[in-house]
Amino acid sequence: MDTTPAILCRDLSKRYRQRQQAPVDALRGLDLEVRPEECFGLLGPNGAGKTTTVEILEGILPPTSGTVEVLGRRWGHDDRALRQRLGISLQETRLADKLTAFETLCLFRSFYRDGSDPEEVLATVGLSDKRDSWVVNLSGGQRQRLAVGCALVGQPELLFLDEPTTGLDPQARRSVWEVIRGQRQRGCTIVLTTHYMDEAERLCDRVAVVDEGRVIALGTPAQLIALLGGDHVIEFTLDANGDAPASAADELRRMDGVRGARRTNNTITLTVAEVHAVLPAVLRRLEARGDRLAWLTTRHASLEDVFVNLTGRHLSNDQQEVPTTA
Amino acid sequence: MTSRKYRPLPELLRFRLRSFYREPEAVFWTYGFPILLTVLLGIAFRNRPPERIIVDIEAGPGAEAVRGALAAGSADGAFDVLINEAEVCRERLRLGKCAIVVSPATSEAPPAYHYDPTQPASAYARVRVDDALQRSAGRADPLAVRDAPVTEPGSRYIDFLIPGLLGMNLMGGGMWGIGYVTVDLRVRKLLKRLVATPMPRGHFLLSMVGGRMAFVVPEIVVILLAGVLLFGFPIRGGWVSIFVVAFCGAVCFAGVGLLVACRAERLETVAGLLNVVMMPMWLLSGLFFSTSHFPDVLQPLVQALPLTQLLNALRAVILEGGSVTSQTVPLLYLLALGGVCFCLALRWFRWT
Ligand SMILES: Nc1ncnc2c1ncn2[C@@H]1O[C@H](COP(=O)(O)OP(=O)(O)O)[C@@H](O)[C@H]1O
Ligand SMILES: [Mg+2]
Repeated sequence: MDTTPAILCRDLSKRYRQRQQAPVDALRGLDLEVRPEECFGLLGPNGAGKTTTVEILEGILPPTSGTVEVLGRRWGHDDRALRQRLGISLQETRLADKLTAFETLCLFRSFYRDGSDPEEVLATVGLSDKRDSWVVNLSGGQRQRLAVGCALVGQPELLFLDEPTTGLDPQARRSVWEVIRGQRQRGCTIVLTTHYMDEAERLCDRVAVVDEGRVIALGTPAQLIALLGGDHVIEFTLDANGDAPASAADELRRMDGVRGARRTNNTITLTVAEVHAVLPAVLRRLEARGDRLAWLTTRHASLEDVFVNLTGRHLSNDQQEVPTTA
Repeated sequence: MTSRKYRPLPELLRFRLRSFYREPEAVFWTYGFPILLTVLLGIAFRNRPPERIIVDIEAGPGAEAVRGALAAGSADGAFDVLINEAEVCRERLRLGKCAIVVSPATSEAPPAYHYDPTQPASAYARVRVDDALQRSAGRADPLAVRDAPVTEPGSRYIDFLIPGLLGMNLMGGGMWGIGYVTVDLRVRKLLKRLVATPMPRGHFLLSMVGGRMAFVVPEIVVILLAGVLLFGFPIRGGWVSIFVVAFCGAVCFAGVGLLVACRAERLETVAGLLNVVMMPMWLLSGLFFSTSHFPDVLQPLVQALPLTQLLNALRAVILEGGSVTSQTVPLLYLLALGGVCFCLALRWFRWT
């Protein structure tokens, strides 16, 4: 197997200069190494710098500083030869409204020397029955699959997918996942960005957690979850107010078998290795304190927990900031 | 499975053509609107019978006599005569409701004409009224003459107008069809997606211009045929010459459109820019009247506008049957301007 990394980038930084506004440092020293034939995930909240990173890797955006090697080559000379080997789906592209799915794929196919038959690509992304539908008449999920199809039609060695499932319903997301898994099996190297932790966990061999323009954790999903010290989570809400939840969290954190505790308002989240051993002890302790439970659940720890643990914030914006208790 | 060749330029051209003819609005503005405009303007400026001359006569003892004299003195009955009180007559003259007021003769004074010599209609009315009154007073014309009125196709206003509309359409179609569409693709990030592929960038710009050329042929045919069928418009030049001239114009405006759109990031911006660039040409290039009406100081500007050169060449070829070679200078000017704009656009083009 080829051992040169599919992607190697060192100390990447990007500063966006804007008129009449303070410049934005989107990337602040980001390092990445993607191995051949792996599916690599960039996981991070909105604004973390994922799109900026992949667009620099794709040679669409120049970095402010840092070095980039893609498939062992640098951007700047004979870029078209390198582009022949890449497949790209941007975060936000509205394909031509009045072309059919098939015509769109034929257009993209024409830019590549070697590539797949557009009919086969339609079948791969599950759009054969929409072959002659105009793009305007496709659903969000179908358009997204067509965008992925446009990235596949040149039979790429390296595939970039920027938020391929954002905004899709669960069924549509699963069908995009199937397409990505298929490419992974074909031996294609994939770089995927997402702010869905379940997507990264399910699809990626390795994940880089990105926040504020840096990689703050790197590893397989299992390795990252192991950083928490335990792969189970006990989460409950106290029917109380005042100081009770805060003092309960402090007390529980010191218990045997509890690897971590954090609190959001009245909700406490404990990371533990063995639920069956810790849970009864936790319940006894709460009873002894006189705290009443409003709700309790246990689940496997996820990359979301890893992210919250590292940053004190949630991945998606619709959850509130976590007050500092860690 | 049929093995088929995929080549970028033909695929890009197909993409342009399909995006156009599958968009009913675009088709209407390119083909329907100019026909509609031709019809409306043609009706508005169709040849009318000669205007009648409205004459007011001040009420008084001699008024009826003047009316009789006017009727007797003009063979074609060109006058609409009204008898009104003196103040009413003056008021109507001031408001332009009559062209002239006649005060009948009295024992002290001869008849008087009240009119505005700075108004062509009023001055003309004075000549006609005086002619009629002198004639019925017994004047004999020593020289016998014969009238031969002309209403021949080719010299009418509509004949001047149709090449103008054709030129306006070549300009508007090129500027909007390329400028607006380019920015729309940029806003959609489709341009960015395309440059992320190995697509040759020049092929993309060529397909924009080439697609536009393909729309030009039906555009010319539609407008000229509408003129021929509806107004008996005379086409004196050969079709090949007409197409050559129109193509040169289309190339020029495609280049200008591409240049206008090469940096704009919003549709509003490009719409504003396109209007700013086209406005002087609508006003100064002789669409609706001849450029010779503009003062000499403006002429260098007027002649530098590409639409002026295109319209001159179109009218020379269509109306006068001029050859392409007789128009070499304006055509080379158009091609050169288009080429320079295309090169600048390629250089400054914002893809992302
Ligand atoms: N063209 C731009 N101009 C100015 N700031 C930008 C631009 N693109 C992105 N940014 C800023 O850079 C940061 C990273 O953005 P992005 O790479 O899009 O993040 P992500 O894809 O992870 O959501 C954000 O704060 C964003 O506001
Ligand atoms: Mg993004």
